Amino acid sequence: MSDFLKLDRLTLGYGDTVAVEGLDFAMQPGELVALLGPSGCGKTTTMRAIAGLMTPMGGTITLDGRDITRVPPNKRGVGLVFQSYALFPHLTVFENVAFGLRLARVARAELTQRVDTALAATGLLHLAQRLPRELSGGQQQRVALARSIVVEPKLLLLDEPLSNLDARLRLEMRSELSRLQRELGIAMIYVTHDQSEALALADRIIVMRDGRIEQSGTPDAIYERPASVFVAGFMGFENTFVIHNGLLAGIAPIGFEVRDAVGLAWRPHSVVLGQGPHRGTVAGASYLGQVVEYLLTTPLGDIKAEAPASAPRHAAGDTIAFDLPEAGVVRLPRA
Amino acid sequence: MRISGNILLAAVLLFLIGPFVIICIAGLSAGETLSFPPQGLSLRWVARVFQVESFRNAFALSMTLAIGATLAALVLGIPAAYALERYRPPGAEVIRNIVTAPIVVPGIIVGLALLRHLVIPTGIGVTVALFIGHTALLVPYAVRVVSASLVNLRPDIEEAAVMLGASRLGAFMKVVLPNIRSGIMAAFIIGFITSFNQVPVSLFLSGPGVTTLPIDMMFYMEFNYDPSVAALSGLLALMSLAVVMVAEKVLGLSRYV
Repeated sequence: MSDFLKLDRLTLGYGDTVAVEGLDFAMQPGELVALLGPSGCGKTTTMRAIAGLMTPMGGTITLDGRDITRVPPNKRGVGLVFQSYALFPHLTVFENVAFGLRLARVARAELTQRVDTALAATGLLHLAQRLPRELSGGQQQRVALARSIVVEPKLLLLDEPLSNLDARLRLEMRSELSRLQRELGIAMIYVTHDQSEALALADRIIVMRDGRIEQSGTPDAIYERPASVFVAGFMGFENTFVIHNGLLAGIAPIGFEVRDAVGLAWRPHSVVLGQGPHRGTVAGASYLGQVVEYLLTTPLGDIKAEAPASAPRHAAGDTIAFDLPEAGVVRLPRA
Repeated sequence: MRISGNILLAAVLLFLIGPFVIICIAGLSAGETLSFPPQGLSLRWVARVFQVESFRNAFALSMTLAIGATLAALVLGIPAAYALERYRPPGAEVIRNIVTAPIVVPGIIVGLALLRHLVIPTGIGVTVALFIGHTALLVPYAVRVVSASLVNLRPDIEEAAVMLGASRLGAFMKVVLPNIRSGIMAAFIIGFITSFNQVPVSLFLSGPGVTTLPIDMMFYMEFNYDPSVAALSGLLALMSLAVVMVAEKVLGLSRYV
């Protein structure tokens, strides 16, 4: 079947610097895809290329069966929610949202009705006559969202839309985004460096690294079976090790079958404390309520471990034994 | 300390405003010659101002010139300021310094240079020369004042407008211009007053029958030492004052200068 959005060997860069090289990627109608990666991995560049705000050095972009590689941004039917919201400071909330419809010369009655619908969907109706500078960060974020969805783009791009909000608002807006996406059934690409946002929102996550796709899959698949040491590190596996000469980090025997893995990873709660072949010194302990989190200095490197708060405590400076058991290991096929 | 401070303040104010007050009073004189204190008070010289034909012509030229040259300077200056601010071309700082040089260079040099190297070689008309000279003089103000308001405007709102269907030009007209409107108004007022009060450049570029108001007043005084020049000066000062006060009230002009 034909894909809704297809990037074919897309290469992007500024001047002599190549930021994204040979990117292949396809998405289906109504899908919410998260582009996840550290800053500088090319995720924002990729998004700007899909928006048409930068011209690819090579490759093609196809949207809904049409080659849009050379189509100017205002003729693509793609919406973009900016990280900074980029609201028009001289226009009221209503006029900000109406901006795209006025450009499209939508008749007045329909315009009012569509803007009101978008404002209602984002809970902004009572603020319609305010100016952007009179709104809180969360409200501005909603205006940016309403302004983008009211023109009914085929594809909506969101550039770190929640990164300027405080933690509580971020959670609230996250579920709101999720609801809007379900209601509108609009395809979205969500750019973020926050793994928990990607996991919570996306149908599919694409992890990017150095301008290439590192791994692509459902949130479950990526979280449970990271394909590389890099992805594991990004997905909250605090303890990742490469294998050298069949030894953990090149120094310690492993004690179970490695198979074809080049790296092994354990989450903090999979590290067993108080027994086992390895030794480490407690460098710090943080009481987190349910559990105590320990930072151990070991020959293997720093290790993060968790123990139930009810278990015997270890003090900073104590030398303790620990085990990295096969039960909690994730085998990583790539570096 | 406090008293000596107040005395200093009064001295400075007297120094700044004194001449203006003296000119206004001298213009209300009933006598035949320019003098202070005036010989009696009357409005006859104020009325006389409106009867001198050369004043009327020169006023019309100065008005036309001030408005025309300021508009031209904005037409050149707004895109220049925009380009310098948004695209940061190589050597932007050098370009900015060259563009704003006429603020630093004495007007008499600008006037002489324009006369010697533009008017004489090309033989263009005096009115055109005045227009070019004044425009060149005002572009720096336009660039600087408009730049100041562009700095505070996020560049991504233009991209936002484009993503909503606007062309690049449309984004500029609908999103950039409305947000720098007060800067443009401020540049217009500064340009208007600068042009209207301009002497050195106009002096070199005036010609027979074509003089701006300040130059015409100088010529008039060479032959007629009556209080009408003082009356006219007072009227002009009041006009400038009114413009600046309205601008401050409406735009907060002092933020830009």
